[in-house]
Amino acid sequence: MLNDRYSLAFKLYPYERSSDQDAAQPVRHPVVIVGGGPIGIATALDLGQQGIPVLVLDDHEGIGMGSRAICFAKRTLEIADRYGCGRPMVEKGVVWNLGKVFHEDRQIYDFNLLPEAGHKYPAFINLQQPYFERFMVERVRELQATGTPIEIRGKNRLDAIEVRDDHVVLDIMTPEGPYRIEADWLIGCDGASSPLRGMMGLDFEGRVFQDSFLIADIRMHNDDFPTERWFWFEPTHGAGASTLLHKQPDDVWRVDFQIGWNVDRKEEMKEENIRRRLDAFLGEGLGYDIVWSSIYTFQCRRMKRFRHGRVLFAGDSAHQVSPFGARGANSGMQDVDNLGWKLGLVLKEQAPESLMDSYDTERCFAADENILNSSRSTDFITPKSKISHTFRNAVLQLAEKHAFARPLVNSGRLSLPCVYDNGPLNGEDALPEAPARTRPGAPCPDAPLADGFVLDRLGGDFVLLTIDADAPEQLDVGGIALRRVKLSVNDDATGALAERYLGGATSAVLLIRPDQHVAARWAAFDESAVRRAVGHACGKE
Amino acid sequence: MDLILTPNITDPDGFYARLIAAHDGLSDEESAALNARLILVLANQIGNAAVLEQALALAQVGK
Ligand SMILES: Cc1cc2nc3c(=O)[nH]c(=O)nc-3n(C[C@H](O)[C@H](O)[C@H](O)COP(=O)(O)OP(=O)(O)OC[C@H]3O[C@@H](n4cnc5c(N)ncnc54)[C@H](O)[C@@H]3O)c2cc1C
Repeated sequence: MLNDRYSLAFKLYPYERSSDQDAAQPVRHPVVIVGGGPIGIATALDLGQQGIPVLVLDDHEGIGMGSRAICFAKRTLEIADRYGCGRPMVEKGVVWNLGKVFHEDRQIYDFNLLPEAGHKYPAFINLQQPYFERFMVERVRELQATGTPIEIRGKNRLDAIEVRDDHVVLDIMTPEGPYRIEADWLIGCDGASSPLRGMMGLDFEGRVFQDSFLIADIRMHNDDFPTERWFWFEPTHGAGASTLLHKQPDDVWRVDFQIGWNVDRKEEMKEENIRRRLDAFLGEGLGYDIVWSSIYTFQCRRMKRFRHGRVLFAGDSAHQVSPFGARGANSGMQDVDNLGWKLGLVLKEQAPESLMDSYDTERCFAADENILNSSRSTDFITPKSKISHTFRNAVLQLAEKHAFARPLVNSGRLSLPCVYDNGPLNGEDALPEAPARTRPGAPCPDAPLADGFVLDRLGGDFVLLTIDADAPEQLDVGGIALRRVKLSVNDDATGALAERYLGGATSAVLLIRPDQHVAARWAAFDESAVRRAVGHACGKE
Repeated sequence: MDLILTPNITDPDGFYARLIAAHDGLSDEESAALNARLILVLANQIGNAAVLEQALALAQVGK
């Protein structure tokens, strides 16, 4: 009746009876989140830390086995930092900078990522998804202990839903039978095959890629492999049409073989067959244990809209990408970053409900960008036509000797946060000669300060960032307390702050949204302009 | 003037996707003909005989 669909890596929220199950009338909650994967838990952290009571329902009692995501990008770590769990992720994670590209039997070139200096977090880390999720659940526990209103209910499966104009009725199944609750807002974080989406009869269209990949996470007995990313195109070892090797914590390596579309999954998943591929690739006689393996196929698709009245979708339930470029969980975290403050303002009646439409607009735009990037990587790795294959191999041949061809080699691009260009909440861009990277819609880049980092100072509320410009310390705009963060170019001896925020300008005033995206910017403080921009960023026209 | 051997394409991923998309649905002969036309257009853009000679030589070696 309520069987596990997968086995658990960490059992973190065992079933417990809730008083809601004995209530005479369905209990009403302000926010219910369906799905306790990374995106559901992050949403709970965001809303809970704003003091909004949230209830997470998950049909399992913890985090699933198997790594799935391994690359977590800087922006994700910055968001996790705001939730109070970025540190343990970086401490556990593996940082790599050297990548090697192989074609057939030889290395054709290597590259160093040369990450930009002056950021609190690295460009990205490799970390098994179950750890990523566990650090967030542990943070939930810490916050609960100090009274943060977050509740996670394990073995609570959403079975049916009735959507009303101003609330939603949920039928939930537990090991002790069904019960019913209501929610003012429902957030669907129930993954790519989202039962919620199905219950509401909503679309999820896109492109299927006709290929499959065999993943093996292996623990080496003798770990003398360097911490590098290796990508083979058409390796002569023949174990796959392409092969990726990536380091994870705990001496675990991710090996990813492209094995074609028409494969016998059962046969391929037999340990002896997985070992046959691994041995062909790594060489005979190397000792290793297989920690986890799986075959995956993928699709690039998204829902037409992420908001349906009082129901919002986030993460894989709303959009799905190929794993190349690591834009799955990373983009889901940006959904949460975007959704959290908006729903918070709506629930506190500081913004109109229509503000939630901007979540839909901005994150659909981002999903399209992510789908575009991950489709391009996939098309390069698995060419769809003869001519595409010819061009791909011409690029690889030229890249061995010639640097000019290397930018065309695409084995997955670094996941970068979306800039909401022409976004509905963007205000004035009135700072001549300022850099494009901090234009309205852009996420604030980090920069070092004498005693920390810029993003630490921004936090998760509306901020007026002034650089060598005057402004009041506080400004109340329709109930929203705008906090000033006062900086000077002299606060950063490296010059990164000036380069990233000023460019050719000598002073700046930036309105920063709670998700640390720039809303508007000017050369000097002008109260009426700032008030207008805050109102606009909150969806008040 | 010398052949440019450092990265010089403004949006490499966008260009590559457009190049592949231009071949969508074409037969092998049609694809070859498209490539031929494209090379002639680009050669005209380059113009300089010495640069074209270096480009040809590089492509003939293959790597
Ligand atoms: C091979 C592979 C490699 C990947 N690599 C990366 C990477 O390197 N970087 C990256 O960013 N992303 C990567 N991804 C993508 C990443 O794993 C997903 O984007 C991420 O797990 C999505 O999180 P989510 O919370 O939206 O959904 P999920 O993780 O799928 O969580 C959904 C949750 O909802 C629960 N649920 C489902 N139905 C119900 C119901 N009816 N009632 C209650 N609960 C329910 C499920 O049990 C589950 O706990 C990879 C994916 C794969 C397959």
